[in-house]
Amino acid sequence: MKTWLGRAGFNILVVLIILYSLFPFYWVFKSSLESSIALNQPTSSIWPLQWTWVHYQVIFAVENFLRPLLNSMFVAGSATVISVILGSMAAYGLARMPIRGKVLILGFILLVSFFPQIAMVGPLFLVFRHLHWLNTYQSLIVPYLILSLPITTWILTAFFSQIPADIEEAAMVDGASIRQTIVKVFAPIAMPGIFTAAILGFLLSWNDFLFALSFIQSPNMQTVPLALVNFRNAYYVHYGQIYAGVVVASLPIALIVLFLQRRIEAGLTAGSVKG
Amino acid sequence: MISLYPLVYNVVLSTRYDVLTQPGTSHFVGLGNYQQILSNAHFWADMGRTGIFMVVSVTLEFVAGLILALVVHQQFKARGLVRASILIPWAIPTAVSALLWKMFFDTRSGFVDFALHALHLPGANMVWFNSPTLAWVPIIVSDMWKNTPFIALLLLAGLQTIPLEIYESARMDGASAWQSFRSLTLPLLRPAIMVALIFRTLSALLVFDVVYVLTGGGPGQSTEVIAYYDWYKYLVSLNFGVGATVAVIITIFALALAALYVRLLQQRGEFLS
Repeated sequence: MKTWLGRAGFNILVVLIILYSLFPFYWVFKSSLESSIALNQPTSSIWPLQWTWVHYQVIFAVENFLRPLLNSMFVAGSATVISVILGSMAAYGLARMPIRGKVLILGFILLVSFFPQIAMVGPLFLVFRHLHWLNTYQSLIVPYLILSLPITTWILTAFFSQIPADIEEAAMVDGASIRQTIVKVFAPIAMPGIFTAAILGFLLSWNDFLFALSFIQSPNMQTVPLALVNFRNAYYVHYGQIYAGVVVASLPIALIVLFLQRRIEAGLTAGSVKG
Repeated sequence: MISLYPLVYNVVLSTRYDVLTQPGTSHFVGLGNYQQILSNAHFWADMGRTGIFMVVSVTLEFVAGLILALVVHQQFKARGLVRASILIPWAIPTAVSALLWKMFFDTRSGFVDFALHALHLPGANMVWFNSPTLAWVPIIVSDMWKNTPFIALLLLAGLQTIPLEIYESARMDGASAWQSFRSLTLPLLRPAIMVALIFRTLSALLVFDVVYVLTGGGPGQSTEVIAYYDWYKYLVSLNFGVGATVAVIITIFALALAALYVRLLQQRGEFLS
């Protein structure tokens, strides 16, 4: 009796957890399909009323939502590629070579990842203004590097340290050059770790709002979060368009998370990075 | 080095009078900005609100995260699905999650009022964003929805390092489930708990996106937090001297948390293993 009750309670808890995480997404999807008239009346049903695709058409045809999507992909993508390349090199050195002051360097990297983003806004704004960089891609790529580099380096160092050095030594003994060893022996083993660091670095840049809000004014240069928030700042609140925009922008991220869940969890715990 | 530059620049700026709308008036004022800020009631009110937000949001997220972690740690059929589904809110940009909750709490396009009404709970037909206290509800809910998964993940990783045998022997010794949770799980989970709390406290200290999107600090000044105050000084007032001063103060708090984290890692001997 007691275990039966326990199991029922547990199942209810599981259902509640899934609802808590996913019901908001259902609501977004449902609302994105509703006409503006239905959206502006008090909510009366959990099912969509007056179906329409018009919001999806409007965000692409009228609001040019493709532009912020491409902006975000380019900016976050560039920052990720650069930070993974630099981070891998730094992490390889830190994990493999007997560098003096290694603890200090790692401690410093960790400290940097604690630097408040808000404290960087002012100085970076003045520098970018001076360089005439405001409203450019580089005014986002550079700050995103500051955000993601410490974390990718930290995660990669943790991953690389777990790979036994014997494998590379064996390759060297067999006459492989250092470059061959790294490219042919080390890289394939390290790939999952590098991939994890890349996903987390990408999400970090993709999710930024503060830097984009501070350094970007031109509608053409907006990233996805900024563009979505600004749909609202117009005279009239375009609920349907915001909902449709969130669906379009979240779908790829949700798919990444679903397929790469194990990777992301491994990275988050290996690096114990901030979320 | 790139990241050190803004920090040093802030310290330099914080000793100057520097307002962009008044070109040519920039000059050295020593600790004048600090004096001005530290005797400013508005600043202290924002610090107080940030402190309360930190305590409330981190506590709620920790409790919810612990429950999530304990559930997902069990073996059951839909475990993979649950693990993946709790991760999705975490991957949504904070600003977008805030935007969504802004609409969910809206009487017309949202479900909060509809649900409260359907369940006959108080709070239906409430205009959440007009009240100085109620306006915090959407902020906290949005922050919880987005950040609880992160705590749950760190705690889950901690749970997985605890060997199952010790629970077996505890049960043999006649310990109840609650007893073994209190005297085995919680102490053994301590390192993971500390890490989760430090990271969440840091991001609660720096909370900005949620407040900017949901309330803009309003109504009045009632939901204004310290990061919002700083951003406003920098980019709306264009007062970079005062902005930098507040930034330096925030940075000191953040670095104190970082020091705590480093000490924790050293104690565990995990720093550079």
